[in-house]
Amino acid sequence: MKLSLPALAALCSLTAFLTSCSDKQPSAPAASTLTVYSERVEHLIKPLFDEYTAQTGVSIRYITDGAGPLITRLANEGEATPADLLITVDAGNLWQAAEMGLLRSIDSPILEENVPAHLQSGDNQWFGLSARARTIVYSTERVKPEELSTYEALGDEKWKGRLCLRTSKKVYNQSLVATMINTLGVEATEAIVKSWVANLATEPYSNDTVAMEAVIAGQCDLTLVNTYYFGRMQAEKPDVPLAIFWPNQDDRGVHVNISGAGVTKHAKHPQEAQKLLEWLSTEEAQYKFAEANQEYPVNPKSKPSPLVQAWGTFKADLVNVEAAGRLQAEAVKLMDRAGYR
Amino acid sequence: MIHSRWWQLPIWMMAALVLMPVLVILLSWQSAQVEVWQHLVATGLSRLLSNTLALMLGVGITVTLLGVSLAWLTAVCDFPGRRWFDWALVLPLAMPTYVVAFVALGLMSYSGPVLTAWRDLFGPRAWYPEIRSTPGVILVMSAVLYPYVYMLARSAFLQQGRTLTEAARTLGRGPWASFIQVVLPMARPAIVAGTALALMEALADFGAVAVFNFDTFTTAIYKSWFGFFNLQAAAQLASLLLMFVALALVLEQQARGRGKVHQHSLKCQDRIRLSGLRGLLACIYCLTILLLAFVVPFGQLIIWVSKTGLKALDERFFQLVQHTFLLGMISAVVICLTALAVAFGLRMRPSSWMTNLTRLTALGYALPGSVLAVGIMIAFAFLDRAVLWPLFGNGAAAGQILLGSAAALITAYGIRFFSVGLGPVQSGLERIRPQIQEVAHSLGHSQWQVMRRIYLPLLAPGLMTALILVLVDVMKEMPATLLLRPFGWDTLAVRVYEMTSEGEWQRAALPALTLVLISLVPVIIMVRRSRQ
Repeated sequence: MKLSLPALAALCSLTAFLTSCSDKQPSAPAASTLTVYSERVEHLIKPLFDEYTAQTGVSIRYITDGAGPLITRLANEGEATPADLLITVDAGNLWQAAEMGLLRSIDSPILEENVPAHLQSGDNQWFGLSARARTIVYSTERVKPEELSTYEALGDEKWKGRLCLRTSKKVYNQSLVATMINTLGVEATEAIVKSWVANLATEPYSNDTVAMEAVIAGQCDLTLVNTYYFGRMQAEKPDVPLAIFWPNQDDRGVHVNISGAGVTKHAKHPQEAQKLLEWLSTEEAQYKFAEANQEYPVNPKSKPSPLVQAWGTFKADLVNVEAAGRLQAEAVKLMDRAGYR
Repeated sequence: MIHSRWWQLPIWMMAALVLMPVLVILLSWQSAQVEVWQHLVATGLSRLLSNTLALMLGVGITVTLLGVSLAWLTAVCDFPGRRWFDWALVLPLAMPTYVVAFVALGLMSYSGPVLTAWRDLFGPRAWYPEIRSTPGVILVMSAVLYPYVYMLARSAFLQQGRTLTEAARTLGRGPWASFIQVVLPMARPAIVAGTALALMEALADFGAVAVFNFDTFTTAIYKSWFGFFNLQAAAQLASLLLMFVALALVLEQQARGRGKVHQHSLKCQDRIRLSGLRGLLACIYCLTILLLAFVVPFGQLIIWVSKTGLKALDERFFQLVQHTFLLGMISAVVICLTALAVAFGLRMRPSSWMTNLTRLTALGYALPGSVLAVGIMIAFAFLDRAVLWPLFGNGAAAGQILLGSAAALITAYGIRFFSVGLGPVQSGLERIRPQIQEVAHSLGHSQWQVMRRIYLPLLAPGLMTALILVLVDVMKEMPATLLLRPFGWDTLAVRVYEMTSEGEWQRAALPALTLVLISLVPVIIMVRRSRQ
């Protein structure tokens, strides 16, 4: 019979599947297994988790996905959730998770000491683990740094047809605009965003790297990116004709977002989860956490990687990143109105 | 047994399964999300709708033209390279849309190699084709989706045989007239079914439209969910999308016509020989499509892999491959068996009620993956809480039973890809003359014997097609896999997501290429078998 072979294969794979499943999934995870839902991708978290396991014997299992789906999952699982810790790559989503009552406040002197106040939630529900500056990257061939000053000035007439931006659908841009709303108000921010849109050389790109490549290719002369994308490019091609500019150094400073984490409300191992969080904020872990992706450690005692240090220091916007969450929906609407796609 | 009511059971079960997440989505209308709707209407709902409509029309027309013309050439004509194109033209099926999209952007963006060469040739200020545009998105999607039409049209043409065309020709019709007046109408159900599959894929797609920053209905759903943190408004938008799909399904049924084609003898086909220039043109046409839809993206993936090296090929990588294949295989078998049961149910107890119920199951295919996955997740969480916990008696301490299990993920695949499996099984079944069964019964064979000795052998090709189509689709599936996979069950699609979400296209090339390669094997097996 013709079907016998696939049927046999299916049977074999089914058996293999079921057995391998029971191997891997103990019905009740032992106390020494932490469960993490992470938006930060595997290759950036696994090395640290492995090290933590080697040091403490606590094993860590994790699922990666976008923050939206993970938060929805957490909400629907309710008290049955296996998740102990939620990691995201921006503050807005952590704020949202806290708003939905999915995280718990934790009282930790270690975290208070290691994480600056503006990079954690006011009620201790979540903490930044790395800082991500969103700044101007310009072509060293066609732009002089003296011509640059602020985010607002990217709307000046002289940049007409010379600006590239990433899509407003990306949360990094939503957070940037949200913090601008927080400081400058809705009207002023909307006017600024409109002036950016008027200066666009092309429709917004879907990611920072392509936008930088467009600057190199000459489609536009400057763009806004998270510094680690530039860092990655520089690590690959050290002589890339781009440079970083730190805007708004005379007023509020450079927009900074976080990749951070919070212990879940219904965590089965809250103490262990807190210990992991505390360990991640220590000087030693901080360097590795940030260096893996050319980001900035949040712990002031820890230094960024040499490549990142070479960009120099800058004054950062000290507005609490909570604003990014609180005003995110407002920011999205504002960008829609301004025609920023 | 033939007239047993039990035949309805699989239909009811499948419909209930698909309607479960749909119901969850419809429940979102409990409270109106006025604010979000006002905002959407004020800031470009009309653009979303016109973009979506343009995409539907563009993809619909392009895949039909490509699919039918290529199928006609390879199934009915003969020209240099035909035997080879015959199977090679199906290969783009192995390419996930999200992969082709990021490869296309890499190649065709302003900084990419194509436009750089273009500027060297025509000067820096010259007009250039922008891939991030409506025609660009349509072309990229059509390149991936035309094989659906190609495959179904091709087997329809093959099964018609030459007798029909011959009859038309002897009655004085020219080759074109006989094609348009006889061959096409006969193949219409197959062509329409293929186009419908392609359109539903296009409607549900998020990967490609996200890469191109092209605003469609799907992007509005995601904006409401991730931008406004408003899952309810997102679900409401999704239910509108469902309405579009339901409408499309009705249209499809109308467009299919009532024609039924029963199996013809496949023997002695002589093909229309295209010689000289015409043969060359046919060859060039097929080659161009194949190059653009498969060879170029495939080559770009290889180039990227060679740049990034094979560092990532560790033990865990092989685990990804294993998981991908295993999940695909199990789901494919489960879905095909269900499809078989449903198709038989329809045949044994035909009623318009049951037919319509079955048609509803197509809804699962057209919902954006994440939305469907969330609907399933909410339904499963509810089942865990309301049914399974009391059943096992220990409440929340039982933790998750359905949710987070492999069964949940496989069910999700089932809901999403059931119609992919049902199509080939059903059309295989339709081609078996009902008289065969009656004859067998009158000769004293039991139902079981009829099934085993007549149906299964005759259905084997259709089942095989269904199995492979579902296998490939499941292996490519991304959003439901991300959301519902059990711990430790990462697949290649998950790895591709992790890389692309960080904008690391080049590092995504290795898992993407591997995914394409393991999808190629079943696709090639399928096409080779269908030639025998």
